[in-house]
This record gives sequence, C-alpha cells and structure tokens, in this order.
Amino acid sequence: MKKNGQPRTSPITLLPKCPTGIQGLDEITGGGLPRGRPTLICGGAGCGKTLFGAEFLVRGAVQFDEPGVLMAFEETEKELTANVASLGFDLAGLVRRKMIVVDYVHIEPGDTQQSGDYDLEGLFVRLGHAIDSIGAKRVVLDTLEVLFASLPNEAILRSELRRLFRWLKEKGVTAVITAERGRESLTRHGLEEYVSDCVILLDHRVNDQIATRHLRVVKYRGALHGTNEFPFLIGEEGLSVLPITSLALNHKVSNERIATGIPRLDAMLGGRGFFRGSSILLSGTAGTGKTIISSNFAQAAGRRGERTLFFSFEESPNQIIRNMHSIGLRLEPLVKKGLLRFHSQRPSLYGLEMHLATMFKEIAAFKPQVVIVDPITSLMDLGTVSEGKGMVTRLIDYLKAGQVTTLFTSLTQGGHALQQSEAGMSSLMDAWLLLQDFEGNGERNRVLYVLKARGMKHSNQIREFLISDHGIDVVDAYIGASGVLTGSARVAQSDLEKAAMLASQQEAAMLEREVERKRKALERQISDLRSDYEGEALELRRIAEQVGTRTLLLGTERAASGLLRQADIKVGPVARDKPRTGKRN
Amino acid sequence: MKAKKKPAAARTLKKLPAKRPVGKYVLRLYVAGATERSRQAVQRVRELCQTELAGHCQLAVIDIYQQPKLARANQIVATPTLVIEFPKPVRRFIGNLSNTTGLFLKLEVPTKGKIAL
Repeated sequence: MKKNGQPRTSPITLLPKCPTGIQGLDEITGGGLPRGRPTLICGGAGCGKTLFGAEFLVRGAVQFDEPGVLMAFEETEKELTANVASLGFDLAGLVRRKMIVVDYVHIEPGDTQQSGDYDLEGLFVRLGHAIDSIGAKRVVLDTLEVLFASLPNEAILRSELRRLFRWLKEKGVTAVITAERGRESLTRHGLEEYVSDCVILLDHRVNDQIATRHLRVVKYRGALHGTNEFPFLIGEEGLSVLPITSLALNHKVSNERIATGIPRLDAMLGGRGFFRGSSILLSGTAGTGKTIISSNFAQAAGRRGERTLFFSFEESPNQIIRNMHSIGLRLEPLVKKGLLRFHSQRPSLYGLEMHLATMFKEIAAFKPQVVIVDPITSLMDLGTVSEGKGMVTRLIDYLKAGQVTTLFTSLTQGGHALQQSEAGMSSLMDAWLLLQDFEGNGERNRVLYVLKARGMKHSNQIREFLISDHGIDVVDAYIGASGVLTGSARVAQSDLEKAAMLASQQEAAMLEREVERKRKALERQISDLRSDYEGEALELRRIAEQVGTRTLLLGTERAASGLLRQADIKVGPVARDKPRTGKRN
Repeated sequence: MKAKKKPAAARTLKKLPAKRPVGKYVLRLYVAGATERSRQAVQRVRELCQTELAGHCQLAVIDIYQQPKLARANQIVATPTLVIEFPKPVRRFIGNLSNTTGLFLKLEVPTKGKIAL
C-alpha cells in the first residue's frame, strides 16, 4: 500500500499516516490521520462532519487507491450519493467499481424492544463483511451516536463501542468516527473517551452575521500538529482547509523591477519602480487617490502586456472604468484585450474564507502578473483583526509563490491612528506608500511618500501629487519654513524661488560684464604700453647704431694715429669690443 | 398477504376469543455464533414456538457469521435479534429474550388466537 503521507525526514517520529487528500488538512497534521487508528470528528449540526467522512473515503479511493467503507446511520446511500455529488464526488460510480461500500444502518427505535442482554455483533459482522468484500483500508462511521438514541441500555452500548474501536484497530483500518458535539464535552455521548488517538473538532460559527467554519486538531497522539483553529470551506471541490502556518517563507524572489505607471513615482523608488512579486500597500484616507494610483499601475502592467486582476470591493467595474476615463486613464481597451479583469463583489457577500477561496480561484483561472485588491480593509473588517491578518498573509503567500505583484489599497481613518492601525499588516508588505491630505491655507492637497520599500533606495521626500485630466502628476517638492509646501503655497514658493533665481541671474550677468570691461581696459593699457615700448626701442636701436659706428670710426682713427706715434697698440680689446657693441645695439 | 387490520378492540387480555390466526407466525432469530447469549435466545424462542404458538409458527435461526449478507439486508445491528415478520407490522426484539413477559405481551400471544389478520 502507498504511504504517501509519511514524513520521510524524521525516522524517529515515524507514525504512519494516512493522507486524507483534503486540501490543507494533511499539511496541518503533517501527513494525514493516524494510519490504522480511529479518528474522531466532532462538531455541531451542519458543520460538515458527514462531508469530511465522505471526502476522506472518496479521496482515499480516487487518489490513494484505498477502498473504503461508509457506514451511515443517518442518511441512506441515495441521499449520501446525492449530497456528495454536488461536490463532484461520484459515490455511485465508486460503489459500482467496488472501491467504496455504503452500508446504511437503520434502526427504528419504535419497533425495537429490548428483552435481556445483547451485543452489537450484528454491526461488527456487517462492518467486517463490508471491509473484507473490497479489502477496505478506510472506514467511516457516521454517526455512531444514533445508536444511543435507538438502542436501549447504555451500559451495554458503551462496552460494545469500546470493543468496536479496539476491533477497528485490530483490523488495521483507518477509521473516521463522527460525533455530535456535546454541551460541555467534545461529544454528546463522550465518545472521545474511546477514541484517543486523534480528535478533530469542526465548528461553524457566526460572527457579525457572517458564518465561518473552523477546524482544530484537538489531539493527535504521537505526532506534531498545528494546534490552531484553521478556517475551512466547503467549496465546489469539497473541503479545503487553508492553513495559515503551512506556507514557509521560501518563495523565489525576482530582481526585476516594474514601473508604476507614474514616472516620477518610479523615480522616488530608486528610479525603477517596485520589485516584481512584491506586495505593496497603498494606504490613505478617503479620497486620496488610491484607486487612481492602482489604475495607473494596472495600465502600466497592460502596456507591458501583463495581465492584471482587479478585485474591487467598493466600485463596480464600469464605475471604475468611467471614473478613470475622466482623468485620462483608458482601462476599457485593456479589458477588451483581456489584460485586465475586474472582480467586483460586496465584502459582506460572504465570510472571509469564502472571499479568499473565490480570490484564489479567480487568480488560478486568470493567472495574472499583477493583482490589485481595492481596498483590503473592507475585507479585513469582516473578521477579527487576527483573522484579517491571517487572510492577508495567506493571500500574500499564495501570490508570492506565483511571483505575482500585489497592490493592496487600505482605507485608513484620519488622524494619528493611521500608521498604528496598519502596523499589523505592514510587516507583511514589502513596500508601503502613504497618501495623505494636507489641509492648510484654505485648501486640501494630496501628498504621497514612500514609508518603506524593502531592498531599494527610495526617496525620503514628501511629494505633492496632482490629479489632472492626464492622470497622476507628482510635482517638485517645496520645503518652506513649516515643512513641505503644497498647493498654492507651493506655487507661491515656486514663484518666489523663480524671482530669486532671476535676480541672481541678473547679478551674475552684471558681474560678468564688469569683468569684461576691466579686461578690455587692461588690454588697452597693455597695448598702449607695448606701442610705447616699441617706439622707444626703435629710437634706442637707432641711437645705438649711431654709437657703434662712431666707436668703429674712433678705433680706426686711434689705430691710425697710434701707428703714427709708434704706440703700444691696444687695438685688440677695442677690436674685440666691436662686435659686442654692435650686437648690443 | 391480504392482511386486513381489525380494530384494536380485541386487545383486552380478559376476553380471549378461541380463534387462531389464519397465517402462521414467521419468526427469524438472528444470532452471532454459538455464544451463551445465542443459546439462551434460541432456547426461549423454541419454547415459545412449541408452547404458545405450537403449530402456528415458522422459525428460522440464522447465524450471521455464516450469512453476513443477511445481516445487512435485514438491518441487524444487535444480536440476538428476533424479527417477527408475520403478522405485520414487523417487530424486533433484541437481547437474549430473558424477559419473556414483555415479549409475549408484544406478540399478543396470551390472546390465544384473536390476532389481527
């Protein structure tokens, strides 16, 4: 036989497990129900006990090739077949293929009389025969407690039930026993006394008019298990438990960045937008432009040829399309091209779990690259804070596993509680943009800033943005004495700055001209001096030439006269001096 | 069986019309193996058939160990179970039939005859 559910990693805690095939349950229990032992499923009316049992058998037969016996005390085979058919289980077909035996046990209390001592051997024989006829590995007894109502003498019944559970263990079948929940104990007739290996409690309760089903593993002898209460659903494909804790933090990450559709917002995010597959929170008070920024994001995704799934819990698709059209965002072509799909629902339509399941289904069907939830807060209001947080966690984990970028908008109340109220959610988010209203000077202006953006350099500035007829326009930041300036104050500041700029530009030009003037004056002086010098030099050279000529003449004359006087001739030096003098001149 | 139900006037134990029912009693006793309990039940039913219902009784003792399918077909849960299949309505008695008074009352045996048909 297959042992699909066995934990293969830890050989010490090798308690064989029997996978239920029920989505999520095997994760909580670490592989399924204890194999070869009875498990008690208890819960109130209408909490899904019978369905649990039926699904355990059907999935066992279909997915794990383990035949099963369903011993029904409350519903006939026909009723059961019809009931589970609505969940897509073909019980009749499995019965025909000898994968499942349904034995309807009917005891009419009215026409049965006790006379003396009895035992439940009839039940044992029927069960034993059914098990042996198809080689069953799984047994469901739904609901044994009917016996208490229809058979007399509780003492006999109790001892017989004790024997039954022992017998089931000896048979080695994995049994599921359902029981009605009691007022103070887990079951009305204290069956938990006999079934001590695994007890699962199902619960269906209404909070603020919204019903949520919960499942809790009360006890699981010899195995680690999730002890929390897990919400579960009965959907079109049977039960699904959506465990919060089962998803590990090990999803792939992408270094790819995707644009927001608002270039200057991208610039604030290190110039390139958000990381693909990140979760982004866009929070702000009413009317700060959350839906518009979301739509921008959707449009940018559409331009890249990516699909966007837009969950809207406040507006209908047509309303969003119309409203965005008024600011120049054309979403309709994207819808037509199949790049954008809206899913609009009132939050109060279902409970949190059903919403989550619907979202999962939509996401699985549309396979978007971008998901927008507008606003997440209206969903979170459906449950308690922790339920809401759990839901967002699961949604984010699911989307991250598929590298889907998610934009959550969050409608916050005004005032300072703004950040506090979302502290719980923010830890789940990779990036957080805050939109705010600034009131002052008789006007209300919108600003945005990046509160956090994991893994990227981001602007620390508070930036004003305008909603114009061509979308979002993030404008320059102007910082005044009292902080960031917005609206007309920003315009005034901008004008002031412009005037100052003009003035300084003029001054600079003036200085420039002065320098030029001085330079020119200097140059003039220099050229005057040079021409003076040149004139003088010419004159001097002329004089020098004259002097040289005279000296030569003098020398010649002296030599001549010296010859005449027979004098010591000092012609040499004079002669030597000659060219030097000439050169100097 | 074209069993026509007579009004319940004949219920009193004092007036005993000396008529036997037209059909025979059909009794089936389901037991599980040869236990003490089974033995006691079989013995009681046999006594009943031989005394009160002598000649008007068709008894079958079925061991569900041997014929488990019959247990399912006849909705046997507890053993021993005595099923009175005729006359209608079908009545069931579970246990080793140690308390025969109740049994006979139910069977309307002391009427010595006048059993609704």
